[in-house]
Amino acid sequence: MYVAVKGGREAIENAAKAFRHQQVRNGSDPLHLEQIRDQLSLAVDRVMGEGGMYDPDYGALALKQCAGDVLEASFMLRAFCTTQPRLGYSLPTSTSEMRVIRRISAAFKDIPGGQVLGPTSDYLLRLLNFELMKEEDPEYQQTLGRLLEELPEADPLPVSFPKVVDLLREEGLLAMPETDGVAPPLVDITRESLSFPAPRSAALQAMARAETGGLLALAYSSMRGYGMIHPTVGELRVGYLPVHVVNPYTGEKECIGEAKVTEAEIISETRDDSGDLPRFSLGYGLCLGHNETKAISMAVLDRSTQAEEPQAPSEDQEFVLLHTEGIESMGFCNHFKLPHYVTFQSALDRLRTSREKLQS
Amino acid sequence: MKLAEWTERQTGETRRAVYSFAFIDEGAKREIRRKTLKAVAIPGYQVPFGSREMPVARGWGTGGIQLTLSLIGPDDILKIIDQGSDDSVNAVNIRKFVRSVTDVETTTETAAATLIQTRHRIPEEPMRDGQILVFQVPIPEPLRDVEPSEAETRRMHAEADYSRMWLHLYEDIVKYKEITIGSRYPLMVNDRHLMDPSPIPRWDCPKLHQSETLYLFGAGREKRIYAIPPWTEVEPLGFEDHPFRVENFEGKTCRFCGADNAFLDEMKDEETGETVYSCSDTAYCLKVLNEKGADS
Repeated sequence: MYVAVKGGREAIENAAKAFRHQQVRNGSDPLHLEQIRDQLSLAVDRVMGEGGMYDPDYGALALKQCAGDVLEASFMLRAFCTTQPRLGYSLPTSTSEMRVIRRISAAFKDIPGGQVLGPTSDYLLRLLNFELMKEEDPEYQQTLGRLLEELPEADPLPVSFPKVVDLLREEGLLAMPETDGVAPPLVDITRESLSFPAPRSAALQAMARAETGGLLALAYSSMRGYGMIHPTVGELRVGYLPVHVVNPYTGEKECIGEAKVTEAEIISETRDDSGDLPRFSLGYGLCLGHNETKAISMAVLDRSTQAEEPQAPSEDQEFVLLHTEGIESMGFCNHFKLPHYVTFQSALDRLRTSREKLQS
Repeated sequence: MKLAEWTERQTGETRRAVYSFAFIDEGAKREIRRKTLKAVAIPGYQVPFGSREMPVARGWGTGGIQLTLSLIGPDDILKIIDQGSDDSVNAVNIRKFVRSVTDVETTTETAAATLIQTRHRIPEEPMRDGQILVFQVPIPEPLRDVEPSEAETRRMHAEADYSRMWLHLYEDIVKYKEITIGSRYPLMVNDRHLMDPSPIPRWDCPKLHQSETLYLFGAGREKRIYAIPPWTEVEPLGFEDHPFRVENFEGKTCRFCGADNAFLDEMKDEETGETVYSCSDTAYCLKVLNEKGADS
């Protein structure tokens, strides 16, 4: 019983034990963090992206602790971040500096630098591979070893690749954002609450931390017809982006590490009523980790929320940003499990009075 | 416990050493206090703040927790209630958390507490000068039910344009012969800002008017802080011929303490099937019972 009776504390403690018991009761080997980090890397990437914190080891730890609940694990990373002081901000980095492991364009057959498929499961048939059930079998391990030996040698990838959308920019086919030459100050959404209309820096930050499924649902609504976006993936790239900071002692720019990110640039048709020649416009998505569904959805929504007069939910910036925030929406959804006796009593009182009055 | 003792403990190998006193880093606490001061200066106005993630889920009291943690000092005496009860699961959980990061003394007695955090109730026992009541707020915007857009409701507040809320109440009376808003009843604060008092019952609304106590409201998910300072005019919306009224418990008394002047929870007796009532404020119920015991 979870009602307002004495013994609430004991009930909570026992519930936590029961949860832990579920994980260990069958006596299987405990998971090592490295196993989660390396073998469930896409789950870890998703947790880091939605948690807004880049640390594969802590991402793996959070997943282990939450029994694989991705939303809860992301939440745990965010809660951890709260306890850490903000030491500073990294310098803006161009994604043309990315150490690319995968980059594709759906817009052009041939792109400077070439299409690089990289590590992807896109073209695998989604058939359950029952051989994975006996992966620990030494014979299977040997087969796998031979398979890897047979892989052809490849030339190392160049250090960086040109951006596909730059080709369109050079030709003047891409609408450029209106600016007065001065970069607007960046908003930090972890320190200031969103206000609307939100500046683009705040909107992109919010979507970079948003929940993948939420972004996907709204982006899909736009792709299907509740909106005007017919996206073409100009370029999708996955790779490692250097993180630069200013050394507080020397004032020099220094690289302190790199983070795996996914970037999507989608090209959409623009109808220009200004009398100018028509141009394409760009939607931009970038998130921590390897998460292509999220980056593409984000890019679609970045573009759709630039509509001046929203006609569909996906075009309303406030609607998109506030409702794709996974940790907040999950928390609020689950809070309805808490007791609401008082509010319900109030509602009962209103209903009974109204019925009496209407019957008299 | 004194702050000095606390800082000395930090050198020991305790679990607490990982986190600072009251969990939130000092920079964030200062920001929350500044925003709280602004809220006190403009009664009923929702001040946006950089709400931090807490180790408790959004919607489970994170706004109230941030206020509590930014205000609490080692000498505070803390009481935490949910639905009027000190022993409700969420109250127990939050109390355990705050205690684990501050080591402050806790109490269930309303009069003994310096700081009370609450969800959905104001204690029955009148609070006094020097005490602070912190409310957990799910939806800080009183206009949300008549206007979903935040940009639009900010404009409506700026212009004190509350006509749609008045219309909403009027339409209720036409359709149902009764205003249907149960809890979260809209209040006019200081003759200027319409305010959502969090989902407290209407029963508690009059306690906000011209009170001795400072009331602070924290909405973590929606990132807003607002306040009713002591001695502020607080008036529930109502019409001359259809005045504001609180829940009706006429002829009903608490089955434990016999109180006939408290907000009651209604339930079915498992054995007899009868509808029975008990005080929603369990500390108040216990106090009445003890006083009765002392009398007899």
